[in-house]
Amino acid sequence: MATQQTRSLARFMMAPSVVLLFVWMIVPLAFTLWFSFQQYNPLNPIRDGFVGFSNYALFYSNPAFLQSILNTLILVGSVLLITVIGGILLALLIDQPMWGQGIVRILVISPFFVMPPVAALVWKNMIMHPQYGVFADIARFFGGQPIDWFGQYPMLAIIIIVAWQWLPFATLILLTSLQSLDGEQKEAAEMDGAGFISRFIYLTLPHMSRAITVVLLIQTIFLLSVYAEILVTTNGGPGYASTNLPFLVYQKALLEFKIGQASAGGILAVILANIVAFFAMRAVGRNLDK
Amino acid sequence: MARAVSTQHKTIATAAAWIVALLIFFPILYTIITSFKSEQEAIQGFNLFPSGTTESYTAVEAQSGYFKFFLNSVFLSVGSTILALLVAIPAAWSMAFSPGKWTKDILMWMLSTKMMPAVAVLFPIYLIFRDTGLLDSRIGLMVMLMLINLPIVVWMLYTYFREIPGEILEAARMDGASLWNEIVYVLTPMAVPGIASTMLLNIILAWNEAFWTIRLTTTEAAPLTAFISSFSSPQGLFWAKLSAASTLAIAPILIMGWFSQKQLVRGLTFGAVK
Repeated sequence: MATQQTRSLARFMMAPSVVLLFVWMIVPLAFTLWFSFQQYNPLNPIRDGFVGFSNYALFYSNPAFLQSILNTLILVGSVLLITVIGGILLALLIDQPMWGQGIVRILVISPFFVMPPVAALVWKNMIMHPQYGVFADIARFFGGQPIDWFGQYPMLAIIIIVAWQWLPFATLILLTSLQSLDGEQKEAAEMDGAGFISRFIYLTLPHMSRAITVVLLIQTIFLLSVYAEILVTTNGGPGYASTNLPFLVYQKALLEFKIGQASAGGILAVILANIVAFFAMRAVGRNLDK
Repeated sequence: MARAVSTQHKTIATAAAWIVALLIFFPILYTIITSFKSEQEAIQGFNLFPSGTTESYTAVEAQSGYFKFFLNSVFLSVGSTILALLVAIPAAWSMAFSPGKWTKDILMWMLSTKMMPAVAVLFPIYLIFRDTGLLDSRIGLMVMLMLINLPIVVWMLYTYFREIPGEILEAARMDGASLWNEIVYVLTPMAVPGIASTMLLNIILAWNEAFWTIRLTTTEAAPLTAFISSFSSPQGLFWAKLSAASTLAIAPILIMGWFSQKQLVRGLTFGAVK
């Protein structure tokens, strides 16, 4: 039915979105690429010039760089593990017949709607504060020594906060998938005498596999760029103990004004994200063909 | 045959689920409770029963002008969403109803822009904003938020529009409906629920965006994310005030979020899980 006319109309209707996104993606990225080969300091503009790959060499030889990559991977990996396993268990629990299921759902999903700075500050001050936090109160109640979470275990503290934010997301997606499981299939398996465990392994888990993949990929995209949670809790420290790649790039660019190095780091972040994106796109793309 | 559920099973499941749910909700609950304490009460150890004072709420407004940040948040999230819808509706529409050879590739490419890490373009964007005087301006940030969420908006609208059966359009056309009538009386009523869902989710995402809103603003255009972040410097004890500010910052979006669970799943999984 598509005539030449409707086709050109369609192209015309699509143009604003495509052009805007293209410009928004290409222009800044080109700048970043260009800066990554320049010596550029906005405070000291005399030393400008092309410096080849030395920004990359400088950024990558910085001991903070390795630490930040490691922290990024630890953060993403741990949060994924906690949220996916926790999400499956929670989804299975909430899917049981119970009283007040709707309210339970609302309570569980809530942390996802809390803006990152609020989530981080509430945890930092009211829950994990070594003197006045709830954890300290609990520790003292049992006669223990309160833990200085952000001083002693900064990464663990941030992992807990970020996992708290994303567990609801995983739970909600997995629960949605779980509830679309055919009830008759479940009953048939039950009548055949399949126990809870074998039903879970042979029926439920395969059914949820696509939802799990989606959760993993989408969370990875967001977790690779965790920023506000670090900014308001540890500010990357002590030292570089809780600095991830986005935070290191931010520090280089806006605090130290080492634009060249920051850009080199940014390019690396793009490459990292693209590796993930490659797999994500394939998973989502398969869905389009249906 | 319905599955017989023993009362015992149901009781255990209920108890377990409620305990876990309350634990997960606890930080939010405790924030709300603390916001009704005085500053002395707030640091006197664990206490679930506040005196009920609202002094923190009045203090937050009086000392830091909370309301201005709130208005900025409303303006930015709603404004960027409407802007995104204006750009995205025609695009999603044409992709859903007259898909071409490249439609799928364009959709995938749009999604890929969402995956670009913000830090990679932080400095160029900062520079562009500074040199065009857009730093700390509401309009600049609104456009920024619009661009960030545009891929999700196009995608979500596309998955909704695709479910509108094309035969209905043909039937209307056969009955002699003009293009205008077709749009007003046939398509729009069917598209409104999808557009509303998209709008809701996008407002939530824009409200909570905490990278550009913090880095591209100082005072004038700063929304609640930037306002709350300013509480991070450890000067004095202000648990109750922090709680009051936090409660006010998350309450509207929390309530909206409760109503948008389904749309959230669909929007954030790009239609892969419904």
